Amino acid sequence: MIFLKLIVTNLRRHRIRSFISVAGIAFSVAAMLTVVTILQGAIGMFSGILSSDSEIIVFERNVSDLFFSNVPAAAVAEIAAWPMVSHADPVLFGIVSSADHPIITCFGVTAADARIRKAAWIAGDRLMFAQHSDDVVLGERAAEFLGAKLDDHVPIGHGVFHVIGILKTANGFEDGGVFMPLSSAQSFFHKEGASSVITIKLRNKDDAASFKSKVKAAFPNLIGLEDAEFTRSYSQFRILKATAWAVGGCGLLLGGLGVANTMIMSVFTRIREIAILRVCGFSNTQIAAMIFGESAVVSLLGALLGMLTGTCLLFALKLVPALHGYVDVAIQPVVMLIVILLALLTGIAGALYPAFYAMRIRAVEALRFE
Amino acid sequence: MNSSIAQTGPQKRLVLHAEDVWKSYDDGAIAVLKGVDFEAVEGQTVALCGPSGCGKSTLLHLFGGLDAPDSGRVSVNGIEVNRHRNLLRLLRYEVGFVFQLHNLIPDLTLAENCLIPTVAAGIDHRTAQARLLELAERTGLTDRLGHRIQKLSGGERQRTALCRALMNKPKILLADEPTGSLDEHTSGAVFELLLDIVATEGVTLVMATHDRALAARCDRLLEMHDGRIHERVSA
Repeated sequence: MIFLKLIVTNLRRHRIRSFISVAGIAFSVAAMLTVVTILQGAIGMFSGILSSDSEIIVFERNVSDLFFSNVPAAAVAEIAAWPMVSHADPVLFGIVSSADHPIITCFGVTAADARIRKAAWIAGDRLMFAQHSDDVVLGERAAEFLGAKLDDHVPIGHGVFHVIGILKTANGFEDGGVFMPLSSAQSFFHKEGASSVITIKLRNKDDAASFKSKVKAAFPNLIGLEDAEFTRSYSQFRILKATAWAVGGCGLLLGGLGVANTMIMSVFTRIREIAILRVCGFSNTQIAAMIFGESAVVSLLGALLGMLTGTCLLFALKLVPALHGYVDVAIQPVVMLIVILLALLTGIAGALYPAFYAMRIRAVEALRFE
Repeated sequence: MNSSIAQTGPQKRLVLHAEDVWKSYDDGAIAVLKGVDFEAVEGQTVALCGPSGCGKSTLLHLFGGLDAPDSGRVSVNGIEVNRHRNLLRLLRYEVGFVFQLHNLIPDLTLAENCLIPTVAAGIDHRTAQARLLELAERTGLTDRLGHRIQKLSGGERQRTALCRALMNKPKILLADEPTGSLDEHTSGAVFELLLDIVATEGVTLVMATHDRALAARCDRLLEMHDGRIHERVSA
């Protein structure tokens, strides 16, 4: 109890300095949590698009981005005919821009695609999809920012399209996207006869391994991956995740420097006190534990405050209309745990030198100067 | 070589022994102790008198293992003080320190300050509390246990420092000008208490002081100057 009090005493003694350190860690944690959660959410949404009513994705092997993947129509037809396949939906991804929106995701899909079949149509008729080459269906948010209603003609990219439906979807990419008939998209993006991916639903999930082997044997330039495998291995996702953690890590590094500064000041201002503890029989380990304990308290308080701030920030971002569907407030427990551990590690790292310094304080020298 | 030989009775055990101790600072430029010999037996009170800078505090620091001699030997209870191997045991169980300035931690209460040595030694809370109450009663601090140090008078602070030094029942109490910062009246009262407690606890007291009147009340009074113990004066 007294040991704990020794730990918190110094923090209470220099409240403002302690608060600044806690705030430093808190902002770092909040930044890391926000960035990681938003990117995880974005990755989750993108994965969600791919795994809509399917469990395997087939795409061109060794492409860095699915937008560059080319899956020939012949492959689609052959794979769809395999007995183990329930249905195979080719999807072509494209990016276009309009006057005020530099990035609009386009999905070239067939009328049988789950995204069209299972979506909530808030305007238009699903059966009208793919009847004409210039027909498009807009996500609700895309309709909003394009200012488009049913039957309007909207300029998208270098073309003008007829809006035949508006979909409501929880997925931010789909909600802000444009759905075109596959053939129109192939023509629009100059990818005749190709799609970016095929999303596969198997009759029996246990056939996944044999399906992937069959793809490899029949189409050496294509690869089939289960959804979870794809999310883990897709290079773009890995880059995004690494970037998110790197940004957060830099934030924590700055927070750690703040902790280090506080702890160094903490040790320097109580050299005599540490000397007295030594005279009372405190060992090097006990002195170091006191310093590390102090930094751990700062880090934990910072982590908790950062969690709270980050969560509030995510909720606030979710309320911004432009970000609708892109921000996922569900913070993964594993992310939370990692962030807390990183904050603690940062605190410990920040206390390394101060603890080392405190351990080297010689009582006789500290006490000689009254 | 100068020597200071304790007056040892036949049954008294030797608890503190220094032999030809030399100590200097600044790479030998300032020689503080120049071949000091010293002995004290259990329960004995020894006063070290002498001008400032004569080496009284340095000698106390060497006795407590806070510093190491350049040459010579210091033994406590027959075990040579070695800064690296025995220091923790020495500081936790063998010696207690009282300084001129009380050196208490201001944000802690009187009780918490006193309990610090028991935390260091890992003594269980119940035993520590019992010892605290015992010492507080003897020093008249029972009513002040929950008070912060800032709220205590100078005499109370020094009594608190005395309690803290005796918490783990050390065999030797090393007091460096323990009444030096107190007024005459308070100084006398604290010294009375100090003598009373060391007598009842059977502790050996080695005290550095400028106050010859107080020093004269110890069993032995040793005069130090120029880094040597020159005289042996029986009180």
